[in-house]
Amino acid sequence: MMATEPAIEMKGVWFSYDKTPILEDIGFTLKKGDFLGMIGPNGGGKTTLLKLLLGILKPDRGLIEVLGEAPHRARRRVGYVPQNTDFNNNFPISVMDVALMGRLARSRMGKGFSSKDRPFVEEALKKVGMWDRRHDPIGKLSGGQRQRVLIARALVTEPEILFLDEPTAKVDPQFESNIYDFLKEINQQATIMTITHDVGVISRYVKSVACVNRTLIYHEEAEITHEMLDMAYECPVDLIAHGIPHRVLPHHHEN
Amino acid sequence: MSDNNMWEALQYDFMRNALLAGLLVSISCGIIGSLVVVNRIVFISGGIAHAAFGGVGLGFFYGFSPFLGAAIFASGVSLIMGAVSLKSKHRADTIIGVLWAIGMAVGIILIDLTPGYHVDLMSYLFGSILAVPASDLWLMLPLDGFILLVVLLFYKEFVALSYDEEFAFVVGIPVKTLYLLLLGMTALSIVMIIQVVGLILVIALLTIPPYIAEKYTRSLGRMMVLSSILGVCFTLSGLWLSYVFDLTSGATIILVAGVGFFFFQIVDFLKNKGKRSGANIQ
Repeated sequence: MMATEPAIEMKGVWFSYDKTPILEDIGFTLKKGDFLGMIGPNGGGKTTLLKLLLGILKPDRGLIEVLGEAPHRARRRVGYVPQNTDFNNNFPISVMDVALMGRLARSRMGKGFSSKDRPFVEEALKKVGMWDRRHDPIGKLSGGQRQRVLIARALVTEPEILFLDEPTAKVDPQFESNIYDFLKEINQQATIMTITHDVGVISRYVKSVACVNRTLIYHEEAEITHEMLDMAYECPVDLIAHGIPHRVLPHHHEN
Repeated sequence: MSDNNMWEALQYDFMRNALLAGLLVSISCGIIGSLVVVNRIVFISGGIAHAAFGGVGLGFFYGFSPFLGAAIFASGVSLIMGAVSLKSKHRADTIIGVLWAIGMAVGIILIDLTPGYHVDLMSYLFGSILAVPASDLWLMLPLDGFILLVVLLFYKEFVALSYDEEFAFVVGIPVKTLYLLLLGMTALSIVMIIQVVGLILVIALLTIPPYIAEKYTRSLGRMMVLSSILGVCFTLSGLWLSYVFDLTSGATIILVAGVGFFFFQIVDFLKNKGKRSGANIQ
């Protein structure tokens, strides 16, 4: 039973901020082991959707299940990389201690971190190329470097699902493909859902695509359907700017 | 103004009590003040401090210890303010401002209604460290111990909550409970600080040492330790100056802290300027 339950299930989910509707009637099922790329215009509700799945926000109505549980019950089992890296830059904390925070998901309250936690952090920081900077204050890093540390922090939670909100918005292009290469590696054990503006990522790495603009269209293959283009007019603008690889855009109409 | 004056002063019980009170208050002030600064709850802390006056009035009216009243009232108000700030983030500051004023008004009216008793309001507004009785020291000591214990026990959770609340939630930390616990401890520290500098000046002693310490430390724990040390320096030198020049102790302590604040601002400014011109030469 456990093995067959979906990674994510949403049915009839509505959400609004101060009566302004943000998401309407969202419904889709993501199976375990998938690698979902989420696209859509800015302000279309992608980050909101992610925060609903993380349990940070609560829907007005509708059903959300993550790994077969309510989102707030599943939270120790998921990892999260936020979009904004420019918060609290004066906070006195080292790169090492930020990454170590991810181990909270695997440790008990009222106890310190154990010596077993450190190897995880070392491995993750080495993966993102930030091990040499581990003693630096987090505020001294560039936005891209901070993003790498936040990715390491999410990796050390050993997540069953990893949520990423534009994880490569600030890093350099070369490092971007590095990140997606090891996301692909992680995808062998974990389901991944990432918000992205980069069509190159969709063509090369993801297994399925969702487009969010108030409503959501889910496509179980790594291509952007005409339906998505119609719904989210701003999507294709973004895509064309990057140059659309052929196999991302199908020549047939859905349904 | 020689050292003799200070040793002379120490022969008095009230001076020894004042020194000990300054020490105990500075420790909780450094720990809680650091959390207040990094969590950006300075405004709530101000609200708690002023609303606590309602509890002082309550104490007088019903004839029990005004500081016990302040402690109960401040804790209650801190939880209400915490619940409000969790629920309606957009208007939380307004509601906190309202509670701030209502608390003070309640205190004043209750003191008005207390028959045949003229209260020295000044000591609550501006502190009375020279009048701290030994019995209050015995209340401060376990309070310090409690705050120290809680922060040591949940240190990694407090760091996560303070640095990135959303991530802390995602890794399973009960962020709301921890936040309310923090506000509760803030309320108790504030009641202690009121004895030293009074409720109007609480915010300065709570925030100046951590603000300075933040720039010179690389972890929250070290920020707390350095804040406590700075707090002790400000409190004790303020106390000494107020004794020597016969000034109001609470206000003198705050002024010393204020001088420290500007001193480190200037040091910081010169350091940055030096760095920039250094870069230009290269």
